Amino acid sequence: MSRKLPKITFWRAIFAAILLSGLYATYLRIFHGLGGSTNLSDRFPWGIWIAFDIMCGVGLAAGGFTLVAIVHIFAIERYKPVLRPAILTAFLGYVLVVVGLLYDLGRPDRLWHPLVMWNPHSVMFEVAWCVTLYTTVLFLEFLPVVFEKFGWHRPTAWIHRISVPLMILGVLLSTLHQSSLGSLFLIVPEKLYKLWYSPILPLLFYVSAIAVGLAMTIFESWHSSRAFGRALELPLLASLARVLAVVQSVYLWIRILDLTHRQAWGLLGRNRMETWLFGLEMALMIVPTVLLYQQRVRVNPGKLYACAVMVVFGFIANRLNVGTTGLEASSGTHYIPKWSEIAVTLSIVASGFAIFRLIAGYFPIFEAAEHEEAAREEETVEDPVTVG
Amino acid sequence: MPRAILYDSTLCIGCKACEAACAERWGLPYDDKIAAEERISARKLTAIETHGDKFCRRLCMNCVQPACASVCPVGALQKTTLGPVVYDAEKCMGCRYCMQACPFQVPSYEWSALLPRMRKCDMCYARQSQGKLTACAEACPTGATKNGERDELVAEARRRIAEKPGQYYDRIYGLKEVGGTSVLILSAVPFEQIGLRTNVPQEALPETTWRVLELLPDVVSTGSVLLGGIWWITNRRDEVARKEGKRK
Repeated sequence: MSRKLPKITFWRAIFAAILLSGLYATYLRIFHGLGGSTNLSDRFPWGIWIAFDIMCGVGLAAGGFTLVAIVHIFAIERYKPVLRPAILTAFLGYVLVVVGLLYDLGRPDRLWHPLVMWNPHSVMFEVAWCVTLYTTVLFLEFLPVVFEKFGWHRPTAWIHRISVPLMILGVLLSTLHQSSLGSLFLIVPEKLYKLWYSPILPLLFYVSAIAVGLAMTIFESWHSSRAFGRALELPLLASLARVLAVVQSVYLWIRILDLTHRQAWGLLGRNRMETWLFGLEMALMIVPTVLLYQQRVRVNPGKLYACAVMVVFGFIANRLNVGTTGLEASSGTHYIPKWSEIAVTLSIVASGFAIFRLIAGYFPIFEAAEHEEAAREEETVEDPVTVG
Repeated sequence: MPRAILYDSTLCIGCKACEAACAERWGLPYDDKIAAEERISARKLTAIETHGDKFCRRLCMNCVQPACASVCPVGALQKTTLGPVVYDAEKCMGCRYCMQACPFQVPSYEWSALLPRMRKCDMCYARQSQGKLTACAEACPTGATKNGERDELVAEARRRIAEKPGQYYDRIYGLKEVGGTSVLILSAVPFEQIGLRTNVPQEALPETTWRVLELLPDVVSTGSVLLGGIWWITNRRDEVARKEGKRK
């Protein structure tokens, strides 16, 4: 243990530094407005608080609905051990998206307005409703964990009774708003650079959200196995990686077809910032996809993790390109986030990690799965701290 | 009948009387320094731009089918039957989607305010509903900015082009752009030479998102049946498996 101590201190120091800078950025946001805390302008009204905190945040939380669908609707029960962490990630993810939104909205005190002031023609209105409802669904999906912890069986039974419609609702709501985050940009056909603007943006956003949800599941299993010194569900994750490779391939194929039908490949001949960013995004998506088709990569924890991280970064690159860099050329200005924008975003990410760890340490997020697995294999003795 | 503004760049002498009248109408400060700013902002809702020896006026185009009003999640922006696109600051939660969606980069934000609002020209909705002209049209000494009914102003613009074909670029900006706008612009030179965006689509922008949004009930109903059905099938399979397992 003592060998690990300095490393933990190092990360804690970084964590503290991030939170402190985030705190000062929060002060700026509250007392100096968006003008004092961001580099946004009339020509560039959306920055990383939208493109990362919201567009990436919602996508990275997609593992929740993906695994609920796999385990409970398609009834592929072997993935159950990673279901609870995925639901927790999703729930935390959405709560943090709302936190990000509070920073970004000019009038955060009016966050509730879309719930009473309707405009069904607005994609944002639909997203607002879906995110509100889905966060509620995730809360209810997570509640059994809390009940289990305190040994309350009656409310568990009650939730279990509504669980099937609840899960179907959750998958539907996710399908709607994951795709709608792409629909948000359908309104800017001449503003968004043609490598990214496509009439099928909603489909692309939906499929890539499923892929990144799976990648995040691998990512957090790997991290929690290190943090809690528990066994990595390697065969399980390896088979999840197969699914990931296929979903990612489907996504890339749709992307290729889309670029072909829109005759957009010619744009790659131009030596522009967009070309390079598109190349980076594609590399981060193609490389892990190709690698994951190989057995030796899937069964190697380090390589599997690296692939998951690449998928996550490819996803983030795509969302940032659609949400910020792809809109620069037409805006007539340049946008580089102010330090305070980055500080807030990093603080949100860091808090996400920390809160996940706290909750996973306190509630039966991983143990439950181990119990069930143990029971299924009819083992009487189990060792929760096996390191594989 | 919807109202509109016809701005004839060939008649504009760049006196900026429209800017001063607009500032007065909104109760915004106006001095030489602000007059020198050739771009619209939260404190300057119309601006005269100089392009060589030509002028162009920037203001909200008050589109016939406005993207801003269609994207506003709280309906703070509304297209009125009179023509202007009006804004209710009390509803606005500051998501700035209107700014992102506007093809003309018109809406401005009070970035430094602690309780910020979006700001844009509303084609003097209050004045026009009382039968008065917009402040800018009333102030314009040369008739470069004219306020009237859209149909009549389109006819007027066509007449001007027909009467003096040599003096005009043979098109009316705003007639077809993004499905038509309430501000129509005439120019002596191609529009891009006076800073107008010519790459905007000819179709109304709200169509682009509505095409997807209108599928929502279909997606929800089909999805419910599909997911419910899959659950029913897989669950039945489990039940059967369990029973058979017991029998063995």
